[in-house]
Amino acid sequence: MSECPTELVYAETHEWARLDEDGNVLVGISDYAQDQLGDVVYVELPELDRSVGAAEEAGVVESVKAASDIYAPVTGTVVAVNDGLEDAPELVNGDPYGDGWLFAIEPADESELEDLMDAETYAEFCESAADADAGDVDDLVDGDELDESFSVDDD
Amino acid sequence: MADSMRTIFDLGRPGRAANAQVPPAESVEDLPAEMLRDDPPALPEVSELQAVRHYTNLSRANYSIDNQFYPLGSCTMKYNPRGAHRAAGARGFLERHPLAPEPLSQGFLACMHDLQEILQDVVGMPAVSLTPMAGAQGEFAGVAMIRAYHEARGDAARSEILVPQGAHGTNPATAAMCGYTVREVAVARDGDVDIGALEAAVGPATAGLMTTNPSTCGVFERRISEVARIVHDAGGLLYYDGANLNALLGKVKPGDMGFDVLHVNLHKTFATPHGGGGPGSGPVGAAERLADYLPGPVVGRGEEGYRWVEPPSSIGRLSAFMGNAGILIRALAYALMLGREGMHRVGEFATLNANYLARRLREAGFDLAYPDRRASHEFIVTLAAQNRRYGVTAMDFAKRLLDYGMHAPTTYFPLIVPECLLIEPTETESREEVDAFVNAMARILAEAATDAEVVKTAPHTLPLRRLDDVKAARELDLRWRAGTPSP
Amino acid sequence: MPFIPHTDADVAEMLAAIGVPDVESLFDEIPSALRSGEFTTVGDGLPEMEVLRRLGDRARRDETGPCFLGAGSYDHHVPAAVWDIAGRGEFMTAYTPYQAEASQGTLQLIYEFQTMMSELTGMDVCNASVYDGGSGLAEAVLMAVRANRRGARGDGSRVVAIAGNAHPLYVAATRTIVRNQGIEIVTLPHGEDGRVDPDALSRLPAPPTAVVLQQPNFFGLLDNVDTLTDRAHEVGALVVACVNPVSLALLKPPSLWGKGGGGGEGGKGGERGADIVCGDGQPLGVPMASGGPSFGFICTRQRLVRQLPGRIVGRTEDLDGRPGFTLTLQAREQHIRRAKATSNICTNQGLLVTAATVYMSLLGPAGLRNVAAACHARTLELVRALELPRCFEGPFFHECVLDVGRPAEEIVTALAERGVVAGLALGSYFPELAHGLLVCATEKRTGEEMRRFAQALAEVRNG
Repeated sequence: MSECPTELVYAETHEWARLDEDGNVLVGISDYAQDQLGDVVYVELPELDRSVGAAEEAGVVESVKAASDIYAPVTGTVVAVNDGLEDAPELVNGDPYGDGWLFAIEPADESELEDLMDAETYAEFCESAADADAGDVDDLVDGDELDESFSVDDD
Repeated sequence: MADSMRTIFDLGRPGRAANAQVPPAESVEDLPAEMLRDDPPALPEVSELQAVRHYTNLSRANYSIDNQFYPLGSCTMKYNPRGAHRAAGARGFLERHPLAPEPLSQGFLACMHDLQEILQDVVGMPAVSLTPMAGAQGEFAGVAMIRAYHEARGDAARSEILVPQGAHGTNPATAAMCGYTVREVAVARDGDVDIGALEAAVGPATAGLMTTNPSTCGVFERRISEVARIVHDAGGLLYYDGANLNALLGKVKPGDMGFDVLHVNLHKTFATPHGGGGPGSGPVGAAERLADYLPGPVVGRGEEGYRWVEPPSSIGRLSAFMGNAGILIRALAYALMLGREGMHRVGEFATLNANYLARRLREAGFDLAYPDRRASHEFIVTLAAQNRRYGVTAMDFAKRLLDYGMHAPTTYFPLIVPECLLIEPTETESREEVDAFVNAMARILAEAATDAEVVKTAPHTLPLRRLDDVKAARELDLRWRAGTPSP
Repeated sequence: MPFIPHTDADVAEMLAAIGVPDVESLFDEIPSALRSGEFTTVGDGLPEMEVLRRLGDRARRDETGPCFLGAGSYDHHVPAAVWDIAGRGEFMTAYTPYQAEASQGTLQLIYEFQTMMSELTGMDVCNASVYDGGSGLAEAVLMAVRANRRGARGDGSRVVAIAGNAHPLYVAATRTIVRNQGIEIVTLPHGEDGRVDPDALSRLPAPPTAVVLQQPNFFGLLDNVDTLTDRAHEVGALVVACVNPVSLALLKPPSLWGKGGGGGEGGKGGERGADIVCGDGQPLGVPMASGGPSFGFICTRQRLVRQLPGRIVGRTEDLDGRPGFTLTLQAREQHIRRAKATSNICTNQGLLVTAATVYMSLLGPAGLRNVAAACHARTLELVRALELPRCFEGPFFHECVLDVGRPAEEIVTALAERGVVAGLALGSYFPELAHGLLVCATEKRTGEEMRRFAQALAEVRNG
């Protein structure tokens, strides 16, 4: 089972969030999410100073076969983005809770963090999602994705 | 990239040229110097033989219908008759300018008019426009027509297009291009649309539903009339994605299933070549109430002969001219060769081959995704069990099939079936070819049980092994540059 | 039955294997009320010989004398080798190269194509093609709006200004395709000289998100693209260039339009030249063939590559480190991104790209330049031979608008009766140019053909 650090809180859309000492909320995607996505090849980050609402789309993480929207876990203003991902998107795979962070939000209301899951609840959430899909990978990370190389050409 | 397959740029030398193709130099001194190019583009500088040999050798690195069994589900990779190709190559067609005056175009226009009428007959609708240049453009036209229809009636609150789970990706992408949001409708265990889910999904926001039949699950949607009724009762319209029409050619007309608008993929059902990714052609057909919105131009017939006509409330033009005309000629030639009887046989033999292949694969130990259903022209095998047992994936099977000299079926589509292969043999493959495919699949299954590694690391017999897609996406190299080391 | 290989014995054995008595039983899941496969229009099947005879007769009816019509479709010489190669079954009857290991031919060819188009346009990257020039312009406009999503004013406005002398049918297709996406299209009017006035941009009510310029413009003229590109960038707009690829062997590539130095989002610190380049590839070895199939291309800067619609091929390595090619950046596309894809397009016009790639290889830089120069020289000759006043002065590439002194439609019709495809009567596209005839001469047109044209024209005008 994938790792879920207990000091973080998690969204159903598989972002993690952490309230830092500076008062900002750091955001990334969970170990489980990066594992489901596979090798990340590109990360589209929000623009600095952008206002985002809780659960609003704020970016995209792409693997070769999938693209998954990233949702802001809390309402606020984007105050930092992880520029290092431009040249090294693989950090999201290798260190999802550390150097693979995505962006930071200055929250409008810290209490929104209380609406997110703790590590234990999130781990159960992932497990039941995995069971429901019987090992299949579809639709685990909210967004648009496929579980493997894919070939259909309708038109 | 074998040594014989260096890039064309690696073969060039400054000052070399295919001299028979180079016209004499002429002055352009009347053109202002600041508008001219200082440095010539670094196009290849090769001899004619070098170019011919290079591209001939490249062609040999492809699998194709002419070389291999190509059971790519949803793509209808049937034989592309050479006669149709020859017909489109007639000088009068090839050299006709798209804006040539109508009096100089009666032969071409007559062909287009004939094809319109044949397609109307085939789909069971009163009007057809030939202009969409691919299935996805046909879809765009159809959904844009649905939108124009609702808007003309002042019915502007409709904002959603419904698609069944597992629809082709083009369906939601098209709906979005037409300014609609997309809502998915669940598919029941038997592969048909979940009627309860559909009833819950329709409402005043429903602009229409896009679906194909047989569905992307490879089975006939038995409750299609009920689906149509539910959508129509809610004020929505039905779009038929003609991707799977080959299964029904000569059996069922989409117009009779309650569809209001559709496209036909001529590069599938009408056997025009796929060309390594295109061109396609996706004519749209419309029921009476949508006919006026068809994209233009269409061909009309008057006392003075054939002429171009714009439908009165047309959504407009989709290309500079009138679509992929040369493909339309090929489709007409194919239709004429088939005739009435031949068209009936297409659906029958496509279905016969698919059901036979499905049965034999089942006997060989494979699981069908919908074992209790008849196959249409295609069917789905799920390798979920083999994946659990041996750790091999559908992609591994696909790559190993290449070693057996066959193109792979469609993999991982539709998304609702795990580890799936969507297999479409088409009517033009002989029983021996189908049997050979069964044998190859059976041998791969045996390999998976005894030596899974050979399957997981396939292909082994092609010039290259599996390619690193991650490197391709992370370190984008999208064009050759001087100094790129040649292998 | 045509193309169906089954013998009666095959059918019997296959049905027995399935366990059904007849083929009809395979359709037993279809409600009988829907079974209506009878045809009323489709006739009896015909052998290939008869089909070729019938369609051949029709094709012969459309054979004409020399073609002096251009307007987006050009009668160039196509080297014999081009379609000998493109017509090979291995190219023609393959499909999209999803199974990369079994598709290296198509993939490498597309990579070479992307390189050649990037070279011609001066851009960093090119896609594997889209349907045609008209729909390609629509895709380029949508791409520009995505790439400049904050809008020129930073308020997310979506206004696209298209030069009034861009191809009217391209603009029509663009309007159809972008209509439902909340994009406003405004016209950058051309002046009496047939070219876009450099000040036209500043007369727009607000700065646009993108500006579309065509070079050579629809009238064949070389337009003020340098000034216009800089002005567009100064107001924060992206520049979409719509070009004829053959002309680029001679003309300055769009990457070098203007001087650069403009500010604004679009200019990204004042990068010189167009941001997106599109056009139709028909002049590169593709027959006119009633307008299709042809192909559209879209080239752009590296920084915008993720907004590029359509397929893209990249070079990579296989498991053993050998170089090879594969489709890449697929996460932009409809089969993965579905409703959020850059476009619903799946097709690239692979067969035509094959022809164009062979064509560009055979012509090379010198050959293509000489073709372009020959077209220009022939058109100068044609204008002299026809002895008609020009509607617009100034340098042109290989098309020119002539004033025929009466509705040009009449001239076109009368010359058609003499087997000459005279050009395009502009009245139905530009009412103020009802007397304007747009003519074109490619490298194929001979002095004799021009004399014939001039003579027929004189007869019609004097008769």
